[in-house]
Amino acid sequence: MSQIVQTPSFTIALAGNPNAGKTTLFNLLTGLKQKVANYPGVTVERKEGPWRLRTGEANLIDLPGLYSLDATSLDEQIAREIITGELPSVPRPDAIVAVVDATNLERNLYLVTQLFEFGVPVVVALTMIDVFEKQQHEIDVEMFSALLKVPVVAVNAKSHRGIDELAEQVASVIGTVPEVPYEITANTDDDGSHAKIFARYNFISNAVQESTWHSDQKSHRVSDKIDRVLTHRFFGLVILVAILLVVFQTIFSWASLPMDLLEKGFGAFGDLVKAELPPGILADLIADGIIAGVGGVVVFLPQILLLFLFISLLEDSGYMSRAAFLLDKLMSRVGLHGKAFLPLISSFACAIPGIMATRTIESRRDRFATILIAPFMSCSARLPVYTLMIGAFFGGQYVFGFISIGALLMLIMYAIGIIAAIATAFVLKRTVLKAPPPPFLMELPPYRLPNLRTVFQNMLTRAWLFLKRAGTVILAISIILWALMYFPRAGSPPHEGGVTPASGDGVVLSSNQPLPESEQLKHSYAGMLGHTIEPVIEPLGFDWKIGVALIASFAAREVLVSTLSIIYNVGKDENEESETLIAAVRDAKDDNGKLTWTPLTALTLMVFFVLAMQCMSTLAVVRRETNSWIWPIFMLVYMTGFAYVAAFLTYQGGKLLGFG
Amino acid sequence: MKKTNAPAGIQLSLTELPIGQDARVTAVVGNSGITRRLMEMGVVPGVDVRVIKAAPFGDPIEVRLRGYSLAMRRTEADAIEVTI
Repeated sequence: MSQIVQTPSFTIALAGNPNAGKTTLFNLLTGLKQKVANYPGVTVERKEGPWRLRTGEANLIDLPGLYSLDATSLDEQIAREIITGELPSVPRPDAIVAVVDATNLERNLYLVTQLFEFGVPVVVALTMIDVFEKQQHEIDVEMFSALLKVPVVAVNAKSHRGIDELAEQVASVIGTVPEVPYEITANTDDDGSHAKIFARYNFISNAVQESTWHSDQKSHRVSDKIDRVLTHRFFGLVILVAILLVVFQTIFSWASLPMDLLEKGFGAFGDLVKAELPPGILADLIADGIIAGVGGVVVFLPQILLLFLFISLLEDSGYMSRAAFLLDKLMSRVGLHGKAFLPLISSFACAIPGIMATRTIESRRDRFATILIAPFMSCSARLPVYTLMIGAFFGGQYVFGFISIGALLMLIMYAIGIIAAIATAFVLKRTVLKAPPPPFLMELPPYRLPNLRTVFQNMLTRAWLFLKRAGTVILAISIILWALMYFPRAGSPPHEGGVTPASGDGVVLSSNQPLPESEQLKHSYAGMLGHTIEPVIEPLGFDWKIGVALIASFAAREVLVSTLSIIYNVGKDENEESETLIAAVRDAKDDNGKLTWTPLTALTLMVFFVLAMQCMSTLAVVRRETNSWIWPIFMLVYMTGFAYVAAFLTYQGGKLLGFG
Repeated sequence: MKKTNAPAGIQLSLTELPIGQDARVTAVVGNSGITRRLMEMGVVPGVDVRVIKAAPFGDPIEVRLRGYSLAMRRTEADAIEVTI
């Protein structure tokens, strides 16, 4: 497998406004060989890929979408540092390809005029030229190029028009010193920099006027017609709700089949490993620790793929900013940005993509507030827990004869999460994350048919990032948890002064006899922890066995179900819909022979699961997205504290009212 | 606020501009990050603007300028002075 690794001889940066067609061009130029990572220490995404030029291979860096380089946002700051060569990990670009949307020339050119001032040669790639010409506008590319004093190439990603010429022009400008085509007055104060903005726009207006002709001012006609419906005062909101319903219905129904298959696949794989490897610690580690742990998270991949498919489609078509426009007033009442609605909605599937989607929110405080409340949305990992509890204690019961209690409880669980999120946002925005109302300036791009290649590539990138995390953080946590439940081996002599669990059932442990899994669990470190926390969870109506399941579920919520089935010794089938598990939960008795579970205990557990922070992967993502350990720890503490108090009130209140 | 079209030449803030009425920006008041951002987005004195519509709850508003649409809250629009 010897491969000659070619070090790229040039670095080229790709810069442009959001919605200018930058990503589409980047995908076309680099193909599938792109790499996505983060810039060190910050959450700005770093995308790069190889681009073959006449003079050698270049490394093409996709800068974040920008309106300006004046460093008011993190994206702008990073882009500026890359262009000036201040970012240590990236060599200073040899040339910049500035992506300019022909249908929105003036504002797109503002960034280009700023680029001129950095002394790096620039080539303008003019996109959307087909749309521009269809709108009966004309542009004299040569004249335009002469006025800007840089090469201008009209490109089209679909027909590949101008792609070779772009590479040619980039190769030819490398090493040249660009000219600033207008005069900048020397300024130092802030007022002067406004004058700079003014000078740039003056130049732009003149250049655009001289090189374009408009036979008709109907550039927004189609979009305006669509908008008359989609942002209508009443129908706009109705359509928004309908779109969300369709998206979530689809995510849940389409994803269920591949999720089942993945679950079965991992199960079979685990069995295979157990059958093939000699029985012992290695087989147990691989099958019960690694395959079961990682598999439990990877089953969510279909949902994540579908969610990001829809997010990309909505974003690429231009609808997403309309949704933010429609909802901003509502969101701003609790102190959030209109753009926060999507991450929050996504969190109903899984908080991880939701938190990843907060990147579109520019204000740091708004973004953190959104991240901190996102996990209150009932994600799909809570569903198995709700399903088990409802199935065991509320199945087949109706109020008023036709409303199923199960469905009602499910709805209440979702509502509790939403109310908790709103209340938390309200408090956070007035305390820890207090800030003046953030500016809301958002482009409403014209509606476009999404570019499928971009959509799929985006979807695959997200999926890959998710899998990579499953392979690292989640793998490590799975192994730790498995070890906690596996050691010390029951039957092996206890360590000196070792804790003997207060099991009180007086089972004589023989060292050679294999023990049932439930016995092993009881005597494991996890079992000891369960006993240790019993006094704390006792006021919630939970015994130590539920405690063990709770501890395990802090890795991932759905682990509760599989842990309970181990504890209650339910065969090998850990399927949450298994009648046997439901029966086992119903019949479970505590050490005194009393029934462990009552409907009230089940309800309390559900309330706890709505509010508690029991997802290591989410904490790991929050750590990465906020670049600090403070926020994930804060999140773990306040959410779990909140959950404890709410569960306490539910249980004790329920007992006072005579339930349980 | 004003139901009828304001007379020509009058100075008003963008929030007071009736929907659908063309106007020209005369000043962007203030010296904050928001002012600067507005100007970078092309809202500089001399540019023609028009309010296209308001969102369902009255805020934010959609403003057309330089051939594109920009959504802003009324607090931002307050800083933009226009003349008809």
